[in-house]
Amino acid sequence: MIAERHVNLALVLGLIVVPSWALAADEPFTITLATRAVILALAAVGLNIALGIGGLVSLGHAAFFGIGGYVMGILAYHAQTFTPLDLGAFSIAGTKAMPVIWLAAIVLSAFVAAVIGALSLRTSGVYFIMITLAFGQMFYYFAVSWRSYGGADGMSIYVRNSFPGLDTLVPIQFFALCLVLLGLVLYLNARLVRSRFGLALDAARQVPLRVRTVGLDPLRLKLAAFVLSGAVTGLAGALYADLNRFVSPAMFSWQFSGEIMVLVILGGTGRLFGPVLGAVVFVALEHFLGGLTDFWQIYLGIILLLIVLFARGGIIGLLCGKRGLHD
Amino acid sequence: MTEPVLETRNLSKRFGALTASDDISIDLRAGEIHAVIGPNGAGKTTLIHQICGELRPDAGEIRLLGQDVTRLGTAARARAGLGRTFQVSALAMEDTVLQNAVLGALGASGRPWGFWRPVLNDRALRTRAQEALHRVGLDEMMAAPCAALSHGQRRQLEVAVALTLQPRAFIMDEPMAGLGTEGSKRLTGLLDGLRAQAPILLVEHDMDAVFALADRISVLVYGRVIATGRVDEIRANPEVRQAYLGEDA
Repeated sequence: MIAERHVNLALVLGLIVVPSWALAADEPFTITLATRAVILALAAVGLNIALGIGGLVSLGHAAFFGIGGYVMGILAYHAQTFTPLDLGAFSIAGTKAMPVIWLAAIVLSAFVAAVIGALSLRTSGVYFIMITLAFGQMFYYFAVSWRSYGGADGMSIYVRNSFPGLDTLVPIQFFALCLVLLGLVLYLNARLVRSRFGLALDAARQVPLRVRTVGLDPLRLKLAAFVLSGAVTGLAGALYADLNRFVSPAMFSWQFSGEIMVLVILGGTGRLFGPVLGAVVFVALEHFLGGLTDFWQIYLGIILLLIVLFARGGIIGLLCGKRGLHD
Repeated sequence: MTEPVLETRNLSKRFGALTASDDISIDLRAGEIHAVIGPNGAGKTTLIHQICGELRPDAGEIRLLGQDVTRLGTAARARAGLGRTFQVSALAMEDTVLQNAVLGALGASGRPWGFWRPVLNDRALRTRAQEALHRVGLDEMMAAPCAALSHGQRRQLEVAVALTLQPRAFIMDEPMAGLGTEGSKRLTGLLDGLRAQAPILLVEHDMDAVFALADRISVLVYGRVIATGRVDEIRANPEVRQAYLGEDA
């Protein structure tokens, strides 16, 4: 068995070395692939807070991803067309500044997560899965019919948004930005797991009755986890839209909700770096298997099946054994 | 007489045609262990669920420290001073013994909304948890995963978690269940010392433990309290002997 921190370290090194190599070898496409992996990892890290620690099987996380994407798209659209964004009582100017876009994406997806969570957490089990799925689909169909912002066709943002001091159009710089954000969120996540909230939430997943018996409300803990989870996935959505310079209702699709859940399960549910490993493996498979056959997802399906059947802890569980209690 | 710490007044609960609690009025006084005994299916667990807030009674009232708690949920009753242990251990099996005890201390602190500082480095919570573990004799096992504990040790940990709450009344649901003679003796000694801290409402099948510990006993049969009294009164009560203890008890 390998120590989990060694796997984590190898992942971090890989995410630094491979793009550096690609930069030296002038392979910008590899950098774009790595950026995609990092952003998907961030989305899955978000889901992992709800799914892995809180035990909330949400099949509606595409809602937050899409909200992040559309926040970016709408703000950038108004900036590039020099039209104000009308919010009823008042109107604001669009913006191309990433920090502002990120903040808006985080706040709005957290708010929506609070509403969806408050309604969905009245249920549990398969009903929770279904109701989160339904909320996700609601956003999907809303986006499809939202003509002002491209409707079903989505909309293009011609120039990537800006970050002070960086040229975000240079692939390696945008990659580095995303990697730093992922690192920051992982660090916060690691703190959270060991914090008061982390202990209480983890117990609320394992034995809600025990948590009530010591005087805490498991539902409020889970709702808070859902909000944090949605905020992180929303941030990832804003980055993803910036990577592609394109937003479309596909970001809201339930297939995407499923995809990030696959990333989490593939890597290792509840493990800090599980979603990161899952995303890296997923993007690699997509690229290499996808180059061999159009039906690469069949092979992904088989791999996933094997993981679920024989390695409940995902790839990290396979490599490192059962969860170390102090990790 | 001083007001009881915990009391139920005319508590009734029906499940369809089955009357699980039939006009139950019992009380728990400061410094005592009050045992509730009765044959299987007598409604002991239903009674506990109502006292702790997992079940709503159809009628009647539950008072804790003179306050009506009938409408409060489980968490609110815990905050009001109920410390409960479970018949089937309800512990976070993936966590360590210390983490389980710290969870209790965390609940008692009422402040779970810390996202930054490691909870195990919190000196106040840790001290409280360690004291409780010391009290039940689990000092050595602090770093062990809960899943590695023996059945008896889990029982001790249940009591330790309840202790971290510094409750005003303990509610214990068959703490001796499944324990060997040795474990049972050990836990009996532990509970004996606890009553000075807070009275214990003890639901128990192990008659040796009940007769050794209880100050008073209530006998529950078909959801009804057929007798309440001191140990010798209950032993001598003909109705109880017939319903439960057997003639030769």
